[in-house]
Amino acid sequence: MKAHSLVLTIFMLFPLTVLASDRVTHVTPPQTINYEAIIIFLLFVTATLGITYWAAKRTRTRRDYYTAGGNITGLQNGVAMAGDYISAATFLGITALIYTSGYDGLIYSLGFLVGWPITLFFVAEKLRNLGRYTFADVVSYRLQQKPIRILSACGSLITIVLYLIAQMVGAGKLIQLLFGFNYAIAVGLVGILIVMYVLFGGMLATTWVQIVKAVLLLFGTSFMAIMIMKTVGFSFNNLFTEAIAVHPLNQKIMHPGGLIHDPVSALSLGLALMFGTAGLPHVLMRFFTVNDAREARKSVLWATGLLGYFYFLTFIIGFGAIVLVSTNPDFKEASGALIGGSNIAALHLANALGGSLFLGFISAVTFATILAVVAGLTLAGAAAVSHDLYANALCNGNATEHQELKVSKITVIILGIVAILLGIMFENQNIAFMVGLAFATAASCNFPIILLSMYWSKLTTRGALMGGWSGLLTAVILMILSPTIWVVVLGHPQPIYPYEYPALFSMLAAFSFSWLFSITDHSAQGAAERQRFEMQFVRSQTGISIEKNSKVH
Amino acid sequence: MVDDIICHRIIRTARFKQLVGKRKAFSLLLSAILIVFYFGLILLIAFAPDWLGTPLNEETSVTRGIPIGIGIIVISFLLCAIYVWRANGEFEQMIKQLLSEVKG
Repeated sequence: MKAHSLVLTIFMLFPLTVLASDRVTHVTPPQTINYEAIIIFLLFVTATLGITYWAAKRTRTRRDYYTAGGNITGLQNGVAMAGDYISAATFLGITALIYTSGYDGLIYSLGFLVGWPITLFFVAEKLRNLGRYTFADVVSYRLQQKPIRILSACGSLITIVLYLIAQMVGAGKLIQLLFGFNYAIAVGLVGILIVMYVLFGGMLATTWVQIVKAVLLLFGTSFMAIMIMKTVGFSFNNLFTEAIAVHPLNQKIMHPGGLIHDPVSALSLGLALMFGTAGLPHVLMRFFTVNDAREARKSVLWATGLLGYFYFLTFIIGFGAIVLVSTNPDFKEASGALIGGSNIAALHLANALGGSLFLGFISAVTFATILAVVAGLTLAGAAAVSHDLYANALCNGNATEHQELKVSKITVIILGIVAILLGIMFENQNIAFMVGLAFATAASCNFPIILLSMYWSKLTTRGALMGGWSGLLTAVILMILSPTIWVVVLGHPQPIYPYEYPALFSMLAAFSFSWLFSITDHSAQGAAERQRFEMQFVRSQTGISIEKNSKVH
Repeated sequence: MVDDIICHRIIRTARFKQLVGKRKAFSLLLSAILIVFYFGLILLIAFAPDWLGTPLNEETSVTRGIPIGIGIIVISFLLCAIYVWRANGEFEQMIKQLLSEVKG
């Protein structure tokens, strides 16, 4: 039982999993309709649809559609990246994790943050200098277009779909709780709004939806943190002392708990979090929205600052929830459990701090958060299909801009429908492993091939394919054989793979297979690919002949 | 194809080698700092959770793990800031000079 609950705790970060797990099988039926939340949410929807209308008029070419014309500034892109990266799952999940187990919540936030400096040091500027719309542009720069594009698109789509399911189920559950809507209607609503944003407004609308959301969320969480600190006299010592006094675990909430229990799992988790970020297609795609490497670097700086600040706030909010929510009988069921499960701790806290109006505000912002993240994912998925699979792999780069855009828009509609269907299909499934898999896939397939293609001159198409596919397959197979799925979901008595996280082994597989099959590749084609590295390297380092907006328009 | 000729010229310049070398060393150094701190914390969590859970001193509830955790947030941001400062300043300047050399 201990191990079982550990697994569940680990994935608390992604609240949908908690909602789907036995921890909250006693979720209360839809609560009374929160009119403040609905009004504030409607305001947000109206504003974002207005943005979409404005963006649609400015989105004509393929470049406008995928990258907002490359006209986004570093600051704007940084804020949008923060908006793209902080899902409702992060906000509610980390608060819930701190609420139930204290210090452990911080460990997760840190993992999500340290991926950003790594992305900056190794990927950001080179990606901007070499690519146009998707990271596959960079990987296939000197390698064979067709097979590499197919691999990259598969890596992207698997990451995106796993992430998307998680967000959709989370969204449905949350809206059900927050607004009292029916689950299917809630999921359908998310799907329709997303398709509207992305289909008509492309990257420009997506960017501004993400910026608006990030600003609202940071404003709301700052207010919460300040109010909490006010109640404890602006002293961290008081905050922690009071939390220790009322929490059932007492002093233990200040300790690392059972999140990480053996070095292999610890290392594996650390690797997936640290290097997964640099392989998330929707994050990488944002680098193409700025003009050059300088702005790309600035975006990461802004994003890291805002994310760091946000994670710091969630730490205060989590402890604040222990002090202010867990002691308040209004927020509890007769059994003593929190109404709506621990994921809703942050929302109860909003109610305790600012009454029903502020609760409405935070609820609406939480929903807006989901919309912004799903919009980013959908656009990245559409680009993988239209730019990589259709235009470059299927049509060998001969598709017209018009055809490519058309395929992209059709994909957006299909992705919207798929997201709605998956959201409904997976409503009651334990989908914990999907988010874990999304990060593991990104770290084991996308990241190694991006890194090697940029820095290792001896990489050939054969090596990249063997490495990428083996990383992807190892991650997926180990995840299925791990305790989370093999034991908890599939009901086998013993896991075949004893650890929770595959990244240590799957990343190892990706890098070693890439190496082995590249150095043993003696084909003429491999030699030609190695020879093209020099040109690529100069371009990646200097940004020479980069497509700049000023010259194109 | 003018760009290709420029690229060929660039790669043979000493300044380009200098730029690549400097940037590589700098990126590796900053990542090493980050990795030492982050995986250091992970190892402490795995092997010495009680040490992290010990209060800083007798009068406080703030444990060692708190400033270390917050410290990693601050370090991540500072490392980014240092990198952007040098890359957007010194390195971009070097690239500019490099391009004017080979084009001229």
